[in-house]
Amino acid sequence: MVAEIRPAEHDLARHLAAHRQKSLLRFITCGSVDDGKSTLIGRLLYESKALLDDQLATLEIDSKRVGTQNGELDFALLVDGLSAEREQGITIDVAYRFFATEKRKFIVADTPGHEQYTRNMVTGASTADLAVILIDARKGVLTQTRRHSYLVSLLGIRRVVLAVNKLDMVGYSREIFDIIDRDYREFAAKLGFEEIVSIPLSALRGDNMTEASANTPWYSGPSLMQHLETVEVGAADASAPLRMPVQWVNRPNHDFRGFSGRLLGGRVRPGDLVRVLPSGKQSKVSRIVTLDGDLLEAVVGQSVTLTLADEIDISRGDVICSAADPAGLADQFEASVIWMSDEAMLPGRPYLVKIGASTLGASLGQPKYVVDVNSLDHLAAKTLHLNEIGVCNLTLDRAVAFDAYTDNRDMGSFIVIDRFSNQTVGAGLLHFALRRSQNIHWQAVEVDKDARARQNGHRPCVLWMTGFSGSGKSTIANIVERKLHALGARTYLLDGDNVRHGLNKDLGFTAADRVENIRRTGEVAKLMVDAGLIVITAFISPFRSERRLARSMVADGEFVEIFVDTPLAVVESRDPKGLYRKARRGELKNFTGIDSPYEVPESAEIHIRTQESNPEDAAGMIVDYLRERGLLGLS
Amino acid sequence: MPNLTHLERLEAESIDILREAVAEAEHPVMLYSIGKDSSVMLHLARKAFFPSRPPFPLLHVDTTWKFTAMYEFRERMAAESGMPLLIHVNPEAKRLGINPFAHGSALHTDMWKTQGLKQALDAHGFDLAFGGARRDEEKSRAKERVFSFRTTQHQWDPKNQRPELWRLYNARKNKGESIRVFPLSNWTELDIWQYIEAENIPIVPLYFAAERPVVERDGTLLMVDDDRFPLNDGERPAMRRVRFRTLGCYPLTGAIESDATTLPDIIREMLLARTTERQGRVIDNDASASMEKKKKEGYF
Repeated sequence: MVAEIRPAEHDLARHLAAHRQKSLLRFITCGSVDDGKSTLIGRLLYESKALLDDQLATLEIDSKRVGTQNGELDFALLVDGLSAEREQGITIDVAYRFFATEKRKFIVADTPGHEQYTRNMVTGASTADLAVILIDARKGVLTQTRRHSYLVSLLGIRRVVLAVNKLDMVGYSREIFDIIDRDYREFAAKLGFEEIVSIPLSALRGDNMTEASANTPWYSGPSLMQHLETVEVGAADASAPLRMPVQWVNRPNHDFRGFSGRLLGGRVRPGDLVRVLPSGKQSKVSRIVTLDGDLLEAVVGQSVTLTLADEIDISRGDVICSAADPAGLADQFEASVIWMSDEAMLPGRPYLVKIGASTLGASLGQPKYVVDVNSLDHLAAKTLHLNEIGVCNLTLDRAVAFDAYTDNRDMGSFIVIDRFSNQTVGAGLLHFALRRSQNIHWQAVEVDKDARARQNGHRPCVLWMTGFSGSGKSTIANIVERKLHALGARTYLLDGDNVRHGLNKDLGFTAADRVENIRRTGEVAKLMVDAGLIVITAFISPFRSERRLARSMVADGEFVEIFVDTPLAVVESRDPKGLYRKARRGELKNFTGIDSPYEVPESAEIHIRTQESNPEDAAGMIVDYLRERGLLGLS
Repeated sequence: MPNLTHLERLEAESIDILREAVAEAEHPVMLYSIGKDSSVMLHLARKAFFPSRPPFPLLHVDTTWKFTAMYEFRERMAAESGMPLLIHVNPEAKRLGINPFAHGSALHTDMWKTQGLKQALDAHGFDLAFGGARRDEEKSRAKERVFSFRTTQHQWDPKNQRPELWRLYNARKNKGESIRVFPLSNWTELDIWQYIEAENIPIVPLYFAAERPVVERDGTLLMVDDDRFPLNDGERPAMRRVRFRTLGCYPLTGAIESDATTLPDIIREMLLARTTERQGRVIDNDASASMEKKKKEGYF
């Protein structure tokens, strides 16, 4: 039954050549089992000769055993994969099917239409160039048709086939087909599709699947297979700006340093000027290295290794961009997020986000709204549950290169990973960067931290003193600065009280203001460290989380936490500024040690017990620490 | 508008997968089975990391029942790639003398391959293993992820797979857990052959037709590859012109009669073929959903 549609032997040479030059189309089919989706895919596999004798034999046996077509070939059985679901008569996940004609190779993402539809459809649509949306001709445009179309459009698919199936069940009626076509176009107008092609079909009977059907003489358009073979796929636009996230730094020896990655946008040639994000450094492409020899050009979609003219520091996750049109750089975004876990999204909870070749700490804000995928209405929500889609703000712990999803699917998409289970719990599409981070390119500076350290003769760092008010932080800090100054080091003392008189005078003592106080101080300290200074800070800084925040702002080894440990009873009895008495009388609110906690450092680099050493010795200990760590003397 | 051919797109995607996996893994390894898919996977690895050598070893989980020509080819490829080759032989299976003739294909496969693989992965502490499986091979593979998570017991839970979107692969895991990565997920058998031809990739000569000593059992042509093959009464090997579409343990791999001696011959024959490559494998015929069962237990 299959033999007659196989290519004749004399056509084979041409056939072989054509097979080598064919293109690839990835598409997704959307619809429920009732719409005949599995039958449609099964029929495509069958008609394209993707099925072989042993598979057909299995199909015949299965059709008789569990088929729904009274023992006739049940094509739906071809696309059911796992035994559990086969018995239940439903598919439960995304499956990928393959077939090829002389013109194209096809990868079909087959996704189920029942309750897990959103998670699975979004997954299947994320790699598809086109969507085939199935409609049962007897039922017309349904709620689920709208749902599928919305998801397809959200994921950026711009070409749609409206497969009006089961036309044999309505007497191949042109009127019914026309009504469905009109209804659908009216609804889909707001979804931004570039092209909608409606085809009257019977997947079961084979009408208009591969050839024009005699049952629909009124239809002059292409068959489904003809359309899939010829539809223009505009995915690979090499005129877009170059984007190549670095996946792997290629260093076989000291003479070669290449950057391996896949082009996610544009093209690249030797001599092209590129900008590397997030550093902002510029260089020229020297070579495009492959095992088959150097290339004169690489285009979007290719995996290559680039070498650059200048020795600049590039690591995994950095993005090599066109210098003329670099990607944006931001750490805060508005995004559409699709939730894929049974455990609801928790606004503010630390998650991981993978974007390009970078994995970063991240948190999501409370949704601005969730989308009712059936009505497309916006609903208020406090969180996102499984299969819900909402718009939220995304905050990353450092800036990444990105493009809006609508401009570049691969540069504007991310997945959300649970830090404990490591499960992929969500997926998202970047809309735009929020306020300040938008379009501000970090300017790479020629004179960097290392250069300043060499000139200063010492490395920069932050000496972060923490302890109760009156514990002796400022006294010790002053002596440390005097000693370091005498050694020729460049220093600056940031005192809590002084900063509160100026930079932070708008802040009070609530928990939120305390966090902001430390954040600003940390940012100032970070700039001063970048400027090459040894920064000494003296803040109560009672919360571990804010000290951790300040630590995270500078590089490893640049943060020295110093616990100035004076027991509360001692500082209260000293009370040099009279503050404890005031606090005890209730005149000062949120005072550390009285009505606000002090969280003792767990792993401070230096622990000073003021009852065991005088301030001069304590300061000496700190300077010794810096000397031992090699921070002071630079040859 | 540049349009890559389907082979160029498949190649670029596989290289992308190989690099991403290596960048995310602590201790990766490539499962090398000597067959045509392994040959393609190894070739892609050389491309992915050039001019560096692929930064992981090859691991062959040996059953001691492969074709002699496969062992020769294995040594040659290890030498040519310059990659370390690790060979694991399940000592328990060896002690018990497990073989497909006396113990049947199910026990043979479980002991030598499934258990052997787990032993090797545990012994070396590999946290990521590349495999050459393709989604078009078998129904349950169609839903397999490119990055497929395994528990500390090497188990696969088809109901609890991570969604895989765009080209963002989640390779995170806890200590003791591992990831199997399938760079050839989206390739078909035809793609493999076309790529082998286009790239001139070396493969085991058994894929090409030649006169070989075979016996016919239950309609399957088995090659008498060495003197361990127990001949039944009156059974005598006959020289026939055969080749193999797939390679495994010689007592479990059926030959087909063929005149295909070149790659274009093989592709031509494939386009006219009436059966899938797995049909030659005794292992798949045990039960309808046998592959899924084996995979849950830790088979590749």
